[in-house]
Amino acid sequence: MSAALLLGSLGLGAAGSLVGASLPARSRVLAASVLTTGACIAALAAAAGVLASGGTVTVRSAEVLPLTGVTLSLDPLGAVFVITAAVVGTAASCYNVGYAAHGGGSRAATALLPVFITSLLAVPAAASIATFMAAWELMALSSLLLLLTGHRRPEARDAAQWYAVMTHAGAAAILLAFVLIGAHAGGQSFAAIRLAAGGVPPAVRSLAFMLALAGFASKAGAVPLHVWLPRAHPEAPSPVSALMSGAMVNLGIYGIIRTGDGLLRGGELWWWLAVVGLGVVSALFGSLHAAASPDLKRLLAYSTVDNMGLVLIGVGAAGALAVGGHRVLAALAMIAALFQLVNHSAFKGCLFLAAGSVQHAAGTRDLDSLGGLLRRLPVTAALFGIGALSICALPPFSGFASEWLLLQSFLRGFSAHGAATATALLAGVAALALTGGLTAAAFVKAFGIGFLGQPRTPAAADAGEAAPSMVAGTALLAVPCLVLGVAPGAVVPLLARAAATLPGGTAPGPLRAGAGLAVAGSTDVIQPALLATALIAGLGLAWGLVRLRGRARARRAEAWGCGRELQTARMQYTATSFAEPLQRVFDDVLRPDRDLDVSHLAESRYFEQAIRYRSRIDDAVERGAYRPLTGLASRWGEVARRAQNGSMHRYLGYGFAALVVLLVVLA
Amino acid sequence: MNASPLASAGVSAIQLAAAVTGGPLIYGLMAKVRARAEGRAGAPVRQPLLDLRKLAAKEHIHARDSSAVLPLAPLVLIASTATAVAIAPLISTGPALGRTADVFVIVFLLLLGSVAVALGGLDTGTAFGGMGASRAMTIGALAEPALLVAVFALSLQAGTSNLPGIISATLAHPQWTASPERVLALAALVIVVFAEAGRIPVDNPSTHLELTMIHEAMVLEYAGPELALVTLGQAMRLALLLSLLANLFFPWGIAVTASVPRLLAGLAVLGAKTAAIAVVIAAVEVSTAKLRLFRVPEILSAAFVLAILAVVTGLVMP
Repeated sequence: MSAALLLGSLGLGAAGSLVGASLPARSRVLAASVLTTGACIAALAAAAGVLASGGTVTVRSAEVLPLTGVTLSLDPLGAVFVITAAVVGTAASCYNVGYAAHGGGSRAATALLPVFITSLLAVPAAASIATFMAAWELMALSSLLLLLTGHRRPEARDAAQWYAVMTHAGAAAILLAFVLIGAHAGGQSFAAIRLAAGGVPPAVRSLAFMLALAGFASKAGAVPLHVWLPRAHPEAPSPVSALMSGAMVNLGIYGIIRTGDGLLRGGELWWWLAVVGLGVVSALFGSLHAAASPDLKRLLAYSTVDNMGLVLIGVGAAGALAVGGHRVLAALAMIAALFQLVNHSAFKGCLFLAAGSVQHAAGTRDLDSLGGLLRRLPVTAALFGIGALSICALPPFSGFASEWLLLQSFLRGFSAHGAATATALLAGVAALALTGGLTAAAFVKAFGIGFLGQPRTPAAADAGEAAPSMVAGTALLAVPCLVLGVAPGAVVPLLARAAATLPGGTAPGPLRAGAGLAVAGSTDVIQPALLATALIAGLGLAWGLVRLRGRARARRAEAWGCGRELQTARMQYTATSFAEPLQRVFDDVLRPDRDLDVSHLAESRYFEQAIRYRSRIDDAVERGAYRPLTGLASRWGEVARRAQNGSMHRYLGYGFAALVVLLVVLA
Repeated sequence: MNASPLASAGVSAIQLAAAVTGGPLIYGLMAKVRARAEGRAGAPVRQPLLDLRKLAAKEHIHARDSSAVLPLAPLVLIASTATAVAIAPLISTGPALGRTADVFVIVFLLLLGSVAVALGGLDTGTAFGGMGASRAMTIGALAEPALLVAVFALSLQAGTSNLPGIISATLAHPQWTASPERVLALAALVIVVFAEAGRIPVDNPSTHLELTMIHEAMVLEYAGPELALVTLGQAMRLALLLSLLANLFFPWGIAVTASVPRLLAGLAVLGAKTAAIAVVIAAVEVSTAKLRLFRVPEILSAAFVLAILAVVTGLVMP
């Protein structure tokens, strides 16, 4: 049953792509969306079956890929990633119906979106090196082409270039890692590798894991391999942004868990300390940039870096604890990491889709040109608000439940003695704490500047609510933010099955059953449903008290402007000014570029004619580590161009010289 | 402690009533101490309560360009603070929902209130609202980590993040109150309380000077009943923070059974403890000047480092 659903899902996805490529413009977007949604629902059903039963579904076909054949095998760990990808995929296809109606529905884009979504569903189910790499490359190429549908804008071309290089370098590293293990294990199916992994020399295992970690961490957007992410996610069409941040980056995490825990069966402590280290750096760097960025989608992209950092800390802690033999503690950390990942998919997908609606309605994603959108896009604003409250980990929304679980796993983890693990956990606690406050600042800025106050430009003032399908797609992802927040007990026990991928197998459940979330063997429990009830009761009571006396409608009056008559929208704080104090505090990390031009009146130097201030925050990692590399590459290009001047004589000379060298070498 | 649901609900109700009346009284007491130290007679201690009553009777006025967020924000502040007060072990270790009174829940409920008020400030669409919200979120972004790590250190020592659990464990191990990690965490928490409550080295609650306002700038557009709610919410927050400080580092006097005399004694002791802390804070306020805005991050990062040191000390010292 599940096997048929899995195959059916891939078939529906392929059909969606064909339909998108062949039908006329009027019907293709809707038809492709319906088929893609079908593919997502079939995959969701297959994965839900796997997760509920705890078993594994395997499908083999020798015909599809020549030489190696295709091996698909869905286990509970893969099922978690398939379910998140399917939910985000459904929302994105629904959203795309309205989005494409305004010029985004080219034949290429409509045909590629189903391919991208289907490849996201296929990667976690792939169970051999060839199948995995095929699905992985399909995902990379389809998303790259979707990013290039905006090729008329130079920013999109630039982003695509960065993305192409990073994703292919990453894929090469992953392939090299797989080939290394596969060669020693004597087989390319994941099952064979898992059996033979114990016999692989430790040095080869470590090298393979480090290569795989580099490739997968770059996909997950871990600093310093994240440089493509804050460029590609904002520039992609909005449904693709949501899929990239909500589903694609997850697969980087999936690869690390699958390789480290699944294929290599745990490995060494220092592997996992490296993972925690990557996570800590990513969380801090991402949240700082998110707090400082005045671009709505770039802010969301950096916040993805931050959240993936938190997930990496959890995965690394789980790996380190598992190496130390603490199975229950490791399972708790892994469950917390997976829960954070699932929640991140929901709220980040929701936020990206809502941001896309804003960009669509106001024509810009620059927060400094937005404002007052709550009254113009009320539903989108409310959905963005739900996502923002959730990402800030405020109770009773979903982000709180997973951050609480992460904190609990760190708290318990300290009982595993070992200085290295304790240091890693301490760094994790510090990173989690620091990102909490910065994320709150970032999203108060995003919501407060973008949706509240007065519109800062005429375009923002004329913005209107998004199309119904766009609102529905966004709302679909806001639902889990509420449901997983209020009733985490319904989902989290299922994640324990996925955590059984950890070496050591199924640990006794680290969570107690019952309402809310409870850590087994302690009194620590949260009951978000009760908290939500208390909060709503408090809200109702306070509202009743306020309304008890006085008129129902409030009188509107001019805001206080220090006695001036005139209040304009330009007097409001902008996103840049909102973030300025934080930017100043973290000047050493952010290193903003500031320019101040003052021109004076010709009559007197004491009177200014115009003051121009420009402030811009570049990625310090990009400037420090990547610019020299790209500079080197282009200098090499210059040298190579001088050698290739198009003269036939010179090429004949090169051929002759090469022949002579070859003969000398061979002789 | 297995108290009956009714008794637990009663405890929560008493705590709520105590915070609603006690919070403004703490403000009044601090103002009184300040006035006396400056050689003035000062307003009566109950003045903030009278002010609240006066404000509550006024009409609703909203800024012209504000949306539904402006009146909603004070409600969220009150609801989140009231929830935290109702579940926290203040006069007894067994309030309603006390079983779920996790320190991290309290921390994030406080953050929910701060976020709501900051959004209310931005909703006015004025320079003041934005300025206050920006400054408050900057300080909050730096105070939050120190608070979180400090309570993490306490949880690590007690082996639980359950607040009644931490307090009961402290009662069972009195030597903990003098342990280095407690002292370090206390130092961090005291700094955070000054920041979160907007007291003098960080913010001056009685100023209306543009350049120095933080909280006051954010709530400048509030009037009438909504201003009353914001002020009350801020006062309840102060009462909650001081009570938690008192109970975490000097828990004696808290009721461990739900009998009426014990609860009354617990209430009286809590009142005395918070009043004592309030007097000390007021004395500190009188004798120090407000810090420049950009010096505030320095003391908050000091608090963060102290909190981290508290965790490290707890791990290194057996």
